[in-house]
Amino acid sequence: MKQLAASLFLLALAGSPLLAQIDPSGEWAPRFHEDQPERIPGPDIGDYLGLPINDAARLRGDSWDASLLTLPEHQCKPHPADYGPRGPANLRIWKEIDTATQKLIAYHTHISWQAPERTIYMDGRPHPPDYAPHTWQGFSTGKWDGDMLTVTTTHLKIGWIRRNGIPRSDKATLTEHWIRHGDYLTLVSIINDPAYLTEPFIRTTNWVADPRQNIAPYPCEAVTEVVRPQGVVPHHLPGTNTFLKEFPAKYGVPAEAARGGAETMYPEYVKKISAADKKQ
Amino acid sequence: MRLIFVLALASAAAWAQQNQTRAAAAEIHVLPVQGNVYMLAGDGGNIAVQVGKEGILLVDTGLQPMSDKLLAEVKKLSDGPIRYIINTHVHADHTGGNEKIAKAGTTIAGGNVAGNISDAGEGAAVIAYQTVLDRLSAPEAKTPFGALPTDTYITNEKPMYFNGEGIQIVHEPAAHTDGDSFVFFRKSDVISAGDVFVPTGYPIIDLQRGGNIQGIIAGLNRLIEMTIPAEKQEGGTYVIPGHGRLCDQADVVEYRDMATIIRDRIQDMIKKGMTLEQVKAARPTRDYDPEYGATSGFWTTDMFVEAVYKSLSPKK
Repeated sequence: MKQLAASLFLLALAGSPLLAQIDPSGEWAPRFHEDQPERIPGPDIGDYLGLPINDAARLRGDSWDASLLTLPEHQCKPHPADYGPRGPANLRIWKEIDTATQKLIAYHTHISWQAPERTIYMDGRPHPPDYAPHTWQGFSTGKWDGDMLTVTTTHLKIGWIRRNGIPRSDKATLTEHWIRHGDYLTLVSIINDPAYLTEPFIRTTNWVADPRQNIAPYPCEAVTEVVRPQGVVPHHLPGTNTFLKEFPAKYGVPAEAARGGAETMYPEYVKKISAADKKQ
Repeated sequence: MRLIFVLALASAAAWAQQNQTRAAAAEIHVLPVQGNVYMLAGDGGNIAVQVGKEGILLVDTGLQPMSDKLLAEVKKLSDGPIRYIINTHVHADHTGGNEKIAKAGTTIAGGNVAGNISDAGEGAAVIAYQTVLDRLSAPEAKTPFGALPTDTYITNEKPMYFNGEGIQIVHEPAAHTDGDSFVFFRKSDVISAGDVFVPTGYPIIDLQRGGNIQGIIAGLNRLIEMTIPAEKQEGGTYVIPGHGRLCDQADVVEYRDMATIIRDRIQDMIKKGMTLEQVKAARPTRDYDPEYGATSGFWTTDMFVEAVYKSLSPKK
């Protein structure tokens, strides 16, 4: 009898696929200890510090007027895949399994603010051709690197990397590494944008497992917030945005540093601006 | 100034020649959009195809050397007759296949006809705004008779009903040219926008054929009014641009914002009395150049700035 039970156990083992990876599925509550001022209250106008941007991105930021978001056609935009995790991002992840083969087809994610949903295909399908539509969440495929889920996303709509007008183009690709350590989930996100970034832009974001979490619906209805003639697009003409001076003055940040650029991402930059301060 | 125009014409001619050669070898890709409508993308302009029980309707016919491939792809979608072609505007990358595609179809004809009624239906009907026919039939255009529009309109809109859905052909005055039409498939919820919306680069303004930046922006605003996005500002009404990938309202909004902001900058510079050369030197497009700019090819950033400047400058 013992032998039979052992044989059945071995048979059962042989029939089960080995699960080498840690399943990220579940309800996850966001933690904001990283970059809280930017992520929750929101960034200051003209704060480009730590962004590896080029001059074109700077001018986009300088021209941006927050009133743009009062236009009905701008009101219900969700954050794109690369920015969604940075906001109020209560997160749900669930698996889509092929019922016949029990193979993993995809992971799906849902985020609280504006309720964007993503699909991360795990079945090896190719990315769409260049004439296919771009979407807010893009087209994502994933693969396991050990216990780390690496996701590549293309076909993103034009979006933003900071909520003060700094753009991210539709030519960008997003690489993500999802890492679960028990009840903690870390996302390493890397944006490569040949249009507006001079170096890859890397951020990390964290969640804690929260099995009691219930994400509420997030319906959005566009309304007329400001009556304007048709076709008005709020923006600042070059050289006229007086708000740009506020951020460096408020925080005592050198004006040059506030303009951002790859150099401002690295610790060595602090030494450079300290030395410049001493000379003055 | 005249030199620039001559260079632009030479550049356009060279571009057309390159396109003709490339088009013959190019593949046509078929993308189901939604409802009855497909997008066909290849060299030349995008083509919309609506299929149903009553036959086939095409919006634009691409470059002439692509015609055989286009016909083959259309026949894969339906073995019904090609009944209608609608030209969104006059350019050869959108009308080049008219002759061959129209000849392969049969229109629905009736009324008092001398001879055999079936003869009256020979060839698909080609619908366009009146100025498209005017320009294609001008002696210098040398357009074959079989490629000319057979059914023109001069009103703001021409409605029709085909394959179980209402179709609005909407004229957008003085935009890419003076003969632009949007084609809105109301049940399928798809708009074919022609070259008023070309998100692969800066708006192409054919000043010589009545185009104007103000009309381009008005057209983009009209598209935003006509489209209704689905949940989360995505999908809903799809827009087939003149060139480039399939889009929705959010893509049109982004493009409209760009065109409006650059128009406003150049308008401000004109008010300050800046010359065209000074405006070009100030680079009013420099933040959008990584997305839309070009320093070579058929339509450069410089040409766009010049066309906007001329569109906005008081006529002398």
